[in-house]
Amino acid sequence: MTSNRLPNRGRVDHGKPVRFTFDGKALQGLAGDTLASALLANGIHLMGRSFKYHRPRGVVSAGSDEPNALMGTRRGAGQFEPNTRATIQELRDGLEATSQNRWPGLGFDVGAVNDHLGSLFSAGFYYKTFMWPRAFWDRVYEPVIRGAAGLGVSPTESDADSYASRFAHTDVLIIGAGPAGLAAALAAGRSGAAVMLVDETAEPGGSLLSEPDVVIDGKPAWDWLAATLAELAALPNVTILTRTTAIGYYHQNMIGLAQRLTDHLDTVPAGAPRERMWKVRANQVVLTQGALEKPLVFDGNDRPGVMLAGAAQTYLNRYGVKVGDRPVIVTSHDSAWYTAFDLAEAGAKPVAIVDVRTDVAGALTDRAREHGIETLIGRTVTGTSGRLRVSSIRVNRVENGKATTPRDIACDTVLMCGGWTPCLHLFSHTKGSLAWDDELKAFLPGHRTEAVHIAGAGRGLWGIASVLADGAAAGTQAALDAGRDATEHAHTVEADRPGTGITVKELPTDRDPGKAKAFIDFQNDVTAKDIRLAVREGMRSIEHVKRYTTNGMATDQGKMSNINGLMIASDALGKAPPQVGLTTFRPPYTPTTFGTFAGYHKDATFELTRKTPIDPWAEAHGAAFEPVALWRRAWYFPKPGEDMHAAVRRECQATRASVGMFDASTLGKIEVAGPDAVTFMERMYTNPWAKLGVGRSRYGLLLGEDGFIRDDGVIGRLGPDLFHVTTTTGGAARVLNMMEDYLQTEWPDLQVWLTSTTEQWATVALQGPNARKLLEPFVEGLDITAEAFPHMAAAECTVAGFPARLFRVSFTGELGFEVNVPARHGLALWEKLWEAGQQYDVCAYGTETMHVLRAEKGYIVVGQDTDGTLTPADAGLTWAIGKKKPDFVGKRSLSRPDMVAPGRKQLVGLLTDDPTVVLQEGAQIVADPNQPKPMKMLGHVTSSYWSDAVGRSIAMAVITDGHAREGETLYIPMPHHILTAKVVKNTVFYDPENTRLSA
Amino acid sequence: MLLIHCPYCEQDLPELEFAYAGEAHIARPADPSKLTDEEWRDFLFIRTNPRGVHFERWRHINGCARFFNAARETVSDRFLLTYKAGEPRPDVAKLTGVAQ
Repeated sequence: MTSNRLPNRGRVDHGKPVRFTFDGKALQGLAGDTLASALLANGIHLMGRSFKYHRPRGVVSAGSDEPNALMGTRRGAGQFEPNTRATIQELRDGLEATSQNRWPGLGFDVGAVNDHLGSLFSAGFYYKTFMWPRAFWDRVYEPVIRGAAGLGVSPTESDADSYASRFAHTDVLIIGAGPAGLAAALAAGRSGAAVMLVDETAEPGGSLLSEPDVVIDGKPAWDWLAATLAELAALPNVTILTRTTAIGYYHQNMIGLAQRLTDHLDTVPAGAPRERMWKVRANQVVLTQGALEKPLVFDGNDRPGVMLAGAAQTYLNRYGVKVGDRPVIVTSHDSAWYTAFDLAEAGAKPVAIVDVRTDVAGALTDRAREHGIETLIGRTVTGTSGRLRVSSIRVNRVENGKATTPRDIACDTVLMCGGWTPCLHLFSHTKGSLAWDDELKAFLPGHRTEAVHIAGAGRGLWGIASVLADGAAAGTQAALDAGRDATEHAHTVEADRPGTGITVKELPTDRDPGKAKAFIDFQNDVTAKDIRLAVREGMRSIEHVKRYTTNGMATDQGKMSNINGLMIASDALGKAPPQVGLTTFRPPYTPTTFGTFAGYHKDATFELTRKTPIDPWAEAHGAAFEPVALWRRAWYFPKPGEDMHAAVRRECQATRASVGMFDASTLGKIEVAGPDAVTFMERMYTNPWAKLGVGRSRYGLLLGEDGFIRDDGVIGRLGPDLFHVTTTTGGAARVLNMMEDYLQTEWPDLQVWLTSTTEQWATVALQGPNARKLLEPFVEGLDITAEAFPHMAAAECTVAGFPARLFRVSFTGELGFEVNVPARHGLALWEKLWEAGQQYDVCAYGTETMHVLRAEKGYIVVGQDTDGTLTPADAGLTWAIGKKKPDFVGKRSLSRPDMVAPGRKQLVGLLTDDPTVVLQEGAQIVADPNQPKPMKMLGHVTSSYWSDAVGRSIAMAVITDGHAREGETLYIPMPHHILTAKVVKNTVFYDPENTRLSA
Repeated sequence: MLLIHCPYCEQDLPELEFAYAGEAHIARPADPSKLTDEEWRDFLFIRTNPRGVHFERWRHINGCARFFNAARETVSDRFLLTYKAGEPRPDVAKLTGVAQ
């Protein structure tokens, strides 16, 4: 294998070899290389296969706009990444890289047959080819398309790396550390402003790294760069972040930065995050992102060895790699001429410079002649040849816009330049308008919506002198706008390379243009003829052309292809480019890992898990847990050998036979206090509160203003102006928000204070005939006999030595108490009651048993048996409405015509004809199982359990006109059979007289 | 991410601290029973949804927890003004310089 490395050239460390593998082959590069530059140094241009046609592809660019050199990279287990851009990935010791989109190998790829079937895969082929026969879609087309689709291979292991995030505030954020960005940083930094300067590559310098011969302020470019970085480093108000891509520009100058921290390191320090997301709020933003080089569009412009001229210059000067010995340069811009000169001076033998322009500066052609390079002015390129590497190029004369006499020129590389596109992706994120410059054939920044300054090549300037001056001016203005006192400085520049160029559509050809593979979008395999076909088939808007052809829709978001696509579409449409328009750029600017977005929010820190004070006891006693809202709740407590069903049966029986203990701490709790607390409660809840005595509690029902059930819970009155409100576990925050809303904005005159006390209290429920016997010895200062402390009594007292709020309340139908003590005493209270309860065979039960016991009594769970469309009447809760109250939230809606019309879904009980069958919750219910599909569904099962207490299965359901269907048989179709059940209006399946809870 | 000025805290704070709470200046009728079905329907459901200045409620839920009002331009997604609950609706023309 030939080495294309030039000694003593570039910014790589020639004394530090780095080992890596490509498709399993051991190779060597240098410290400071990118994966792409190291492969090129090894003479490897062929780096991948294209997405659609599987054409052999080489690296095109030297930056983040790379469409072809996308590879899988791997460091270790869980550290595989597909589609890594070889031009961005820095070489590190032991890096494993694999090429993509090929089988069995990169050199011979079966999928390349697509290239010969090109006519099948024209623009819109998805819409045309797979239409018929209908049955083929599921069994043939979709599996085949899915098998072939996708770029690279998704990782199969979970990501082993960690990621970080950070907020930052700064006066001036400068994006892009090329000459304009550095000049801006100097100007703003010297003013004392807080400055952040970010660059997506490994070191600052931008184009200066590729253009070392320019002399700035009397110093060679790289010396000036070193001096500038030293000055910036000495300024404490300046921060420079490299390997940091500004991915999105959001409202009010908030910028997302993705910083790569460890992918370049040989070994990763333990615990070091791989990437960090910065969310930066900047007073002023300076965009100095430069310009992106465009390819020229001609048949065979995608062959390995055909690349951008500017990239070749970067590989030469920054990495010390000669991309070829006998390059042919094809250009419409002066910049590529300098690439040819640099290569000639480095020892390559450029064969020819083909310029599609008819008029080129004499200084350039003279210098080419001095180097012995043939100059072909006003020509076109009509083809290339070479299977896995370009070997020749076909150049024609152009007469009257038509390609004539062809000539083949042997070469080993083709370096093309179709001009430069100002990089305005981030500016476009701000919805700043773009203005078409007809001379530059480029969009430039127009109206600004943010405090943003654009400088340098990003606004169409060319040459180091002009971008330095522009950057200095922008940095000065940004500092002034940020309230600093800044004065502009000037730079002197010698040996500059100013230049001009033109932007053209696809190059003219003497061959059948319908057979040409002249690529615009390399990543998505879109050619010039695809764009013209889309226009012929009726696409007029550039947005339609884009979607029909997929031009610009690959992961590079059209960095190279957008303007070329636009030039061809505008030619085909006969409209000026600004009338055709540009597609919208959206964040992120470059592909960004999910890990960077997730940051710390993964695994245990993905989401908060709330645990009650009694949770450690439940865990120690083998509880199975279930998530409820953000809480982790004990679900059931299996004994050895028990499944959930057996455990729940035992827990239900034990509770109804003697006494059960339940951790009810997750119930939402809100304290409503103040002189107007009663008035507030009267207005919020449906129930009457004015006559509820102190020391009593009541079931409360909360509606939305639309009349639908929002929440419920037992509410105790502990003083004339103090209510202890409980809510559903998941509803606490919503209820408090709703209460605050009414209190602050509708009734600000009320003297009421609302406090969330959910986590202040631990709540232990004792339920069962022996509940009082168990509790009584622990209670001080309160008589809890049946006469003194009846059902729905509430009081403050002392329990087991802890201050307590005690409620006599039942969610089981049994004699029951709920003991609230300060959270810090919750576990101690539980353990004392548990110990004392052993004489009664006390049983700890979980949420599943709680659900069975409450369903046996027909108690609803808001959110399970209701779904936001049920009124109190629908749910059979009209008894909870204070009939004499003039108003409460939602009252007026209860008499709206739709709310009282027939046909509403209503909550009823369902008893299966076979009492051993337990219906599935969520199962749909129909009146006639023989009706044609799709059947008319009457409703669904909301709660369904096996009940030992009742001796059969029980269920609740919401069913259209359910209350009028007493005794009716309905059908529940299941995948393999149909179940039958009878409607019962009364959902109290157990102890309908409530004798047990009154005991 | 927007910066929102809380008129109670008198600070510009990130959107993460706030929750949107629907259109502003829709007062709950003092006696809903006096409203016709159509009037009550309009109170419940009918909103202006303008292209331009929208008066809306926000809550500084992860801060001082106060509800307040804002005038936001829906095209540019810019806040023109925030003000305390109960204060009168500001004049759009004064906010934008354009009569609407």
